[in-house]
Amino acid sequence: MVRLLLPNPGLEARIPTLAELESLEKQESSSRPKWDNKAQYMLTCVGFCVGLGNVWRFPYLCQSHGGGAFMIPFLILLVLEGIPLLHLEFAIGQRLRKGSVGVWSSIHPALKGVGIASMFVSFMVGLYYNTIIAWVMWYFFNSFQDPLPWSQCPLNANQTGYVEECARSSSVDYYWYRETLNVSTSIDDSGSVQWWILLCLTCAWSVLYVCTIRGIETTGKAVYVTSTLPYVVLTIFLIRGLTLKGASSGIIFLFTPNVTELANPVTWLDAGAQVFYSFSLAFGGLISFSSYNSVHNNCEMDSVIVSVINGFTSVYAATVVYSIIGFRATERFDDCFSANILTLINGFDLPEGNVTQENFAEMQQWCNASNPAAYAELKFQTCDMNTFLSEGVEGTGLAFIVFTEAITRMPAAPLWSVLFFVMLFCLGLSSMFGNMEGVVVPLQDLNVIPKKWPKELLTGLICLGTYLLALVFTLNSGQYWLSLLDRYAGSIPLLTVAFFEMFSVVYVYGIDRFNRDIEFMIGHKPSIFWQVTWRVVSPLLMLTIFLFFLVISVNEELVYSVWNPAYEEFPKSQKVKYPNWVYGVVVVVAGVPCLAIPGFAIYKLIRNRFRRAGDQQGLVGAQSTVSVNGDVRS
Amino acid sequence: MSWMGPREDAENAFKVRLSLRTALGDKAYAWDTNEEYLFKAMVAFSMRRVPNREGTEISHVLLCNVTQRVSFWFVVTDPSRNHTLPAVEVQSAIRLPLVAVSGGCSSLRMNRNRINNAFFLNDQTLEFLRIPATLAPPTDPSVPIWIIIFGVIFCIVIVATMLLILSGIRQHRRKNKGPSEMEDTEDKWENTVKIENGIPCDPLDMKGGHVNDAFVTEDERLTPL
Repeated sequence: MVRLLLPNPGLEARIPTLAELESLEKQESSSRPKWDNKAQYMLTCVGFCVGLGNVWRFPYLCQSHGGGAFMIPFLILLVLEGIPLLHLEFAIGQRLRKGSVGVWSSIHPALKGVGIASMFVSFMVGLYYNTIIAWVMWYFFNSFQDPLPWSQCPLNANQTGYVEECARSSSVDYYWYRETLNVSTSIDDSGSVQWWILLCLTCAWSVLYVCTIRGIETTGKAVYVTSTLPYVVLTIFLIRGLTLKGASSGIIFLFTPNVTELANPVTWLDAGAQVFYSFSLAFGGLISFSSYNSVHNNCEMDSVIVSVINGFTSVYAATVVYSIIGFRATERFDDCFSANILTLINGFDLPEGNVTQENFAEMQQWCNASNPAAYAELKFQTCDMNTFLSEGVEGTGLAFIVFTEAITRMPAAPLWSVLFFVMLFCLGLSSMFGNMEGVVVPLQDLNVIPKKWPKELLTGLICLGTYLLALVFTLNSGQYWLSLLDRYAGSIPLLTVAFFEMFSVVYVYGIDRFNRDIEFMIGHKPSIFWQVTWRVVSPLLMLTIFLFFLVISVNEELVYSVWNPAYEEFPKSQKVKYPNWVYGVVVVVAGVPCLAIPGFAIYKLIRNRFRRAGDQQGLVGAQSTVSVNGDVRS
Repeated sequence: MSWMGPREDAENAFKVRLSLRTALGDKAYAWDTNEEYLFKAMVAFSMRRVPNREGTEISHVLLCNVTQRVSFWFVVTDPSRNHTLPAVEVQSAIRLPLVAVSGGCSSLRMNRNRINNAFFLNDQTLEFLRIPATLAPPTDPSVPIWIIIFGVIFCIVIVATMLLILSGIRQHRRKNKGPSEMEDTEDKWENTVKIENGIPCDPLDMKGGHVNDAFVTEDERLTPL
């Protein structure tokens, strides 16, 4: 194996030695936070990893990339990419006992940029993620009524029919785009702050503040609920879903393997990206969480357990989601068919019950034969089950449009609605804990905050600042801003940071040193699997995915989907090009974190060159003052 | 029936469509001449509530072209039976409000409701083609429910925040009240010698803390006596 190791003088001085680690742990036990028990730590990590993406991104990918066959690339990449990276982050955090900025600057001062990039990404993602939680809260508040407000269209002015925009699309679409977002037709058209979303956003940030006010002291208690409740709700939904008509068609649609998809490289790349993002790697939160562990905690076992739970949750959630989608698709199909049957019997005045789904085709032919002129005037809808099954089933479309519609068709709909949105809320909130950790701890490490400030104040200021920035998302164009950030802030920068993380640990910190550290901490040296994946396989995979995404992003036209009632093909979304200033935003959002890494290294280099002479790290001076029975220094 | 106008004379005629099986399932009754008689009676009743038409009789309402669907056409003739009443009048009669609108909220339901109920049907299963149904507005509570839920949750959160902040301040004060003199020297411990009883002693532990390493005994082997 190539033993590449970049020169790294002074490493020993910056990190505690193995011998010091245990005593360090004891000394820090009063000043540094630590986990009350192992369960808190595991629940926090699982909560951070398991998020909204498991529910609304994975099922879509699974279904669109060959169903059951998608499991193969997903599982392979989980093992080759997810678990090694996770173990690496856990181990380095536990070893160096600092947050992300502290860890990377300990390894080499020039790598501080990696920590700063992590912090920036955590901040950007936290900014828009909590807005999604605000939308979830809005739906949650509105679920306590029967019938649910999105089950019917509102009436128009003279009460003869429904509002036109609603009649042309659907009541759930209308409720989402008009009554919730009140969306404008372009990102240019900002409009004004929607007060109801503002209230929900305030509530979301307040809840987050309460839960993270003292760091892991408070989140450690909150995760007992937020990490476990989603599983309870998923199970309830599974049982409910499986007893609904048509659930099986959804699950079959999801898992039907199409092995030819395995030959498509996009499938593998999407699987890799999904594994990567779903593990919440490179945010810095995981490093921070594991730095609060005791020194001899078995981080290897933890990483395997968390990965397995994450993978299992994705598959479990996909099953639940698609059983409900199958139910919805069947209902829509039945409705569509009934509408066609009605058209036929109304057009030909046939008795009810004569035409059923089974004999529909022959009755059509009989009618056509008996009166072709009249038959030609009848308009039939096309009812295709597959179309219904593959409609808009990812992202916010899944949660707020497709799933809410399915819920309105279930008996006791408000109950299911409340449960569903509570689950989404918990999933989102537990991920936000990790984001907050990834912002608060680096700020403390960077020493920009005076040490005297209590943690409550710091967390409060960060929550307040992010909340004020997130007001952008309460405008009429808020949803477009959110999609923009989602596409660019959370994708390329993370891949860059992850690649540099691996590279730093293996080639700057030194894989041999890392192996010795892990041997000290957990008792045995990491096996050949870890060696191979850390040194070669995972970095290569990261690089491949990164290059792929870069190529795709640079080549694609910057278009976004817009809800425009004046569009001819309404209710389909209109694809509109971004205005030019958006390119600037994209560069800032995606470029700044990526460039922070080399940028900081260069800055450090220049600073060292200018201050070559006499600027050693200040030795800790020991001033001794002689005094006998003397003054107590005050 | 004296008037058997076919569909070409449909200017003043309305087509009615009933979906008995859809509405009532197994309990659907058969549509026979008695039901037709009831229908004529309901239409006549509606017409009688129109000013100037109080004299409408059942015999003035004519049905024809009854199909198996069940659907048929009807017209209302004037007392002389010579010409049919204009469609607008019939339409307004069917849509006539049952209860006069007064001040606050009142149900603006029409004669349609009475007709529907006579046949155990509703607006979707007893259709008067060309007469649009007035839809019932949804009942809106004065305070939207979501604001109530929001208020409750927000208040709980604010209370919890206050409690946590207050307990944090109290903890801080308790820590401060303890070694208030030590507090000031803490900052200087890194660079100065620990002074106890005025006699300087070597700091074995540069990072500050409460553990005095001089007395750590776990790793030390006691010198055997």
